[in-house]
Amino acid sequence: MSWLDTVVQGVLLGGLYALFAAGLSLVFGIMRLVNLAHGDLIVLAAFLILVLVSALGLNPFAAAVIAAPLMFAAGWLLQYFLLNRTLGKDILPPLLVTFGLSIVIQNGLLEGFSADSRRIFAGSLETASIGLGPVNAGIMPLMTFLSAVAAVVGLNQLIYRTAVGRAFRATSDDPLTAGLMGIRPQRIFAMATGLAMVVVTIAALYLGTRANFDPTSGPARLIYAFEAVIIGGLGSLWGTLAGGIILGVAQTVGAAINPEWQILAGHLAFLLVLLFKPRGLFPRAVD
Amino acid sequence: MALIETKGLKAFYGDFQALFGVDIAIEAGETIAIIGANGAGKTTLMRSISGVLANEAGSILLRDRPIGALSAPDVLACGIAMVPEGRKLFPSLTVEENLLVGTYGYKGEGPWDLESVYALFPVLKERRKNPATALSGGQQQMVAIGRALMSNPKILLCDEISLGLAPVVVRDIYAAFPRIREGGASIVIVEQDIVQALKVADRVYCMMEGRITLSGRSSDLSRDDIHTAYFGGNRHELA
Repeated sequence: MSWLDTVVQGVLLGGLYALFAAGLSLVFGIMRLVNLAHGDLIVLAAFLILVLVSALGLNPFAAAVIAAPLMFAAGWLLQYFLLNRTLGKDILPPLLVTFGLSIVIQNGLLEGFSADSRRIFAGSLETASIGLGPVNAGIMPLMTFLSAVAAVVGLNQLIYRTAVGRAFRATSDDPLTAGLMGIRPQRIFAMATGLAMVVVTIAALYLGTRANFDPTSGPARLIYAFEAVIIGGLGSLWGTLAGGIILGVAQTVGAAINPEWQILAGHLAFLLVLLFKPRGLFPRAVD
Repeated sequence: MALIETKGLKAFYGDFQALFGVDIAIEAGETIAIIGANGAGKTTLMRSISGVLANEAGSILLRDRPIGALSAPDVLACGIAMVPEGRKLFPSLTVEENLLVGTYGYKGEGPWDLESVYALFPVLKERRKNPATALSGGQQQMVAIGRALMSNPKILLCDEISLGLAPVVVRDIYAAFPRIREGGASIVIVEQDIVQALKVADRVYCMMEGRITLSGRSSDLSRDDIHTAYFGGNRHELA
């Protein structure tokens, strides 16, 4: 195995971590809400896709297209009717409520789907690969990475080019004054969480086709998402993508040296960044 | 029938009462000034009308329709826009985006759009790609006024727009008001600078300790009347 190959695989894996993290980054950027159930929501979306695939016999990509608006609606309702009530000066209530939500989702999935580990089958795509100069890349990892780039580009276009995006940023700056502009912060927050759930659905598609998952897989995804957001710097979606890539490369390089070091190497890279750049590599938010 | 009026308006911050039955009325097309010392309740009155503070529904009437209990976005949708005290621009947005965000919730019929706001304050056009908070205080105040105008309000509330600005800058900003009046909006100006207020307004209300202590046409009020209403009954007690 060449080092170049290892790094390329790491970059592609980083795309998956960036997909885990982009929704978390978006929600934190707009309402300073840390959603501890984010990883479990990814797993929930993966089960939703699995159900659509097995019950309707759909292709996983078609299932994700159906799952995305359902997850948007779920995120909107969750934010509007539950999480909005926890937002305020105190940062503890949203942490406690989303922690509880995480437990509820895990146990709900355990009840409904048992503890068996599952996966979503994507047919011959799973093993297909393509030559990129001196290295080969799997089609699915490549699609994961390109989806992550597309998600970041799409969210940035929305945030910086549209009226809704202006309202997102204005609300993030000052919800009270945003109200004077006719912006209803509660609805902006609900829309942001809905969008985050669309990205979560994309992440779930690639999580479920890449590896096994079970009802307790969520918290580990949350850790990777957190690390990607913090490496990249709060408030920057491109930073989050970079953070995911750094995490992915560190893991594959660690695994190439010694397979036992894969997870450890990722956490060490995270700690190193925290040590030298405590605000992350590309911080945007000034708070 | 007045365009907008308050009837016995009371306002509270928790247990603290800030307004004790305020009655004011504004006709269509009129400019009024509300003057008074710090803590007189001027800003509270603006926050009540604009919906930032919730009040009893019937204590604020827009053409006899009770709007006292509406939220800020609902009040804006009635055609009432506010330039808040301290400007409160959005630091993450450019000058132009700050202006555009003013149309997010409501856009009435009227003369104001990006082009006409830039014609009113030409310097903003030059700086439209800059972050709003990179501008000077006076330019930021122009952005805040432009942002409120963008929705083409029927009533424009301006809270302490000269606060913290040099007199020459204040003059520049007030120079725009005749053209804002021509746009058709009724204007409410909260001001500590009495001379400026008398110059720009048709009528003046003076507030002290949460009550209206004097009102009348700007041309009819004497300096002594205003002094008494502004500082209280016995001027010799003042330290």
